[in-house]
Amino acid sequence: MNGAQDLGGMQGFGPIHPEEDVSLFHADWERRVLAITLAMGATGKWNIDMSRAARESLPPAQYLASSYYEIWFRGLERLLLSTGLVTAEEIEAGELKGATSPVPRVLMADQVNAALLRGSPADRPATVGARFKVGDIVRTHQMHPLTHTRLPRYCRGKRGRIIAEHGAHVFPDTNAIGLGEQAQWLYTVRFDAVELWGTDTTAASVCVDCWEPYLDYPNAEPD
Amino acid sequence: MSEMELRVRALESVLVEKGYVDPKALDILIETYEHKVGPHNGARVVAKAWSDPAYRQWLLDDATAAIASLGYTGRQGEHLVALENTPAVHNMVVCTLCSCYPWPVLGLPPVWYKSAPYRSRAVIDPRGVLREFGFELPAETEFRVWDSTAEVRYLVLPMRPAGTNGLQEQALAEWVTRDSMIGTGLPTMPEPKRELA
Repeated sequence: MNGAQDLGGMQGFGPIHPEEDVSLFHADWERRVLAITLAMGATGKWNIDMSRAARESLPPAQYLASSYYEIWFRGLERLLLSTGLVTAEEIEAGELKGATSPVPRVLMADQVNAALLRGSPADRPATVGARFKVGDIVRTHQMHPLTHTRLPRYCRGKRGRIIAEHGAHVFPDTNAIGLGEQAQWLYTVRFDAVELWGTDTTAASVCVDCWEPYLDYPNAEPD
Repeated sequence: MSEMELRVRALESVLVEKGYVDPKALDILIETYEHKVGPHNGARVVAKAWSDPAYRQWLLDDATAAIASLGYTGRQGEHLVALENTPAVHNMVVCTLCSCYPWPVLGLPPVWYKSAPYRSRAVIDPRGVLREFGFELPAETEFRVWDSTAEVRYLVLPMRPAGTNGLQEQALAEWVTRDSMIGTGLPTMPEPKRELA
């Protein structure tokens, strides 16, 4: 989705101000948002790609005007509503209003450390051979799906070279919309910066992780 | 109390009441990422790579395994790649689409890393971004930017600075800043030593 999250190459946001960054959190509620987002993610009611899709579906003006933990909070609210775990009335009132549906898992205090150390690896056994190999010249698809994708706009329809292959990984484009993991080969593609930006850049190259369905050989027929 | 404070508290109490979250688990999650996991982990990795050529090679060949050998694994660091800075190439890491960041070695990302100014500019003007952090590199050094679009997480292995000969790993780690492992900074002499110099 061409939402406000896809920021690469946009201009006019002003300076970065790293020196103002004295804390990871601006307010105590940001700590709580981090924790409830991670804990609700552990229930198994949705996956990380659905979480990202929920944040990206905020209206662009709201997304750009929000702090990052506010974006997380709005995304969490959307997921809770869309899965029916919490109703809009409950969010407004801050208290229970009726029946509660169960979640597959609850992350208990004594499980946190092990769960964090384990993480959630995204690699999966490959079911087919890799179409590309390191060194291949490829071109990314020119595409503008209305649903979640991890191919940024600035590198769509661009030529690059495969510099690494990471095995098969969960495919966010399907996983985010309930179509399953459908693991696909994942590659790192290096684009010459001039291919992306012409001469208006100080980069020499930009490397982007691309799943196989994003890629083609440059001389292939258009899809 | 701000409106967000109120909304977040209200939602948290609903989630606790429903039994979806364990309040003690929330406290441990915050404690872990605020105080335990942080850039000191990554600094230890870098210092070891500076001191031990075999470890350095392992880190560059298989960062996930080399970093796991020091006990750093898990969430947002399941698949790690180390990027070696050289006199010819400077690496910079960004996530233009959200805030992907190698948590086990760097902790939670700083606010600027998740902000629109950094996410928009790093991929098109990394030299200007580095300058904004107070560092300038020679004109012939090429900037290579890594956009973390998948679940692969990137850690920059900065160049070992001059003036660190003979230092042991623990002392070397003090030179390794968080930003030097993102590519928005360079290793820096630790404060107490600067006072003595």
